[in-house]
Amino acid sequence: MKRAAVVTRAIDPTAIVAEVQTAGIGAISLFLGTVRDVNDGRPVSGIDYSAYVSMAEEEMQQILAEAEERYGVKAIAVEHRIGPLTLGDVSIAIAAAHPHRAPALDATRFVIDEIKKRVPIWKLEHYTDGAREWVDPTRSSSEAKA
Amino acid sequence: MSTVTVQLFASYAESFGGPTIEVTLQPGSTVGDLVKTIRSLPGSGVLPDSPRVAVNRKFATPQQLISSIDEIALIPPVAGG
Repeated sequence: MKRAAVVTRAIDPTAIVAEVQTAGIGAISLFLGTVRDVNDGRPVSGIDYSAYVSMAEEEMQQILAEAEERYGVKAIAVEHRIGPLTLGDVSIAIAAAHPHRAPALDATRFVIDEIKKRVPIWKLEHYTDGAREWVDPTRSSSEAKA
Repeated sequence: MSTVTVQLFASYAESFGGPTIEVTLQPGSTVGDLVKTIRSLPGSGVLPDSPRVAVNRKFATPQQLISSIDEIALIPPVAGG
């Protein structure tokens, strides 16, 4: 199975892990992205995520197909949350299941790295001083930190 | 001549002042032609040198032809995760 979704509710990591549990696997890798309290040295109070939802879901589905092809995962799922998120909230969950740990770990890493490059989702960061800014990884040094 | 609706998101929607813009193109126009036309509109200062364009929910090349029934979007630098 593979499933990609953009959601507006809280992400339940346990449910995603349960979703990829299938016969013949020996490892499930789970990646969670969470809202950090600082970015490029500026204290963050929260992030508004927005998306081109139809394209984001298609592009994530394509990335999961590539992960399946490259790593042979038996099941893989991703949920990306959009809307207003506060510090510590889970913004993304990726779960990959495989008979062995290395491909499961590699697959989640591949999926998050590709999502950051080519899935149309955006962050409007709010700072504790009241300012707000669209995150642009092509301009700032923050890309590798999430 | 045909008019296409271009979807805008995030910083681009703020800069152009709404979620869509209407652009009039000559028949046989490409994605590159579309971008050139959009650069003449107020708010286009937000665009980088080579803005990404999606046609029917796939990233397009500048050479790709545009038809009036295509779903077109300008994609700001992405920041998911």
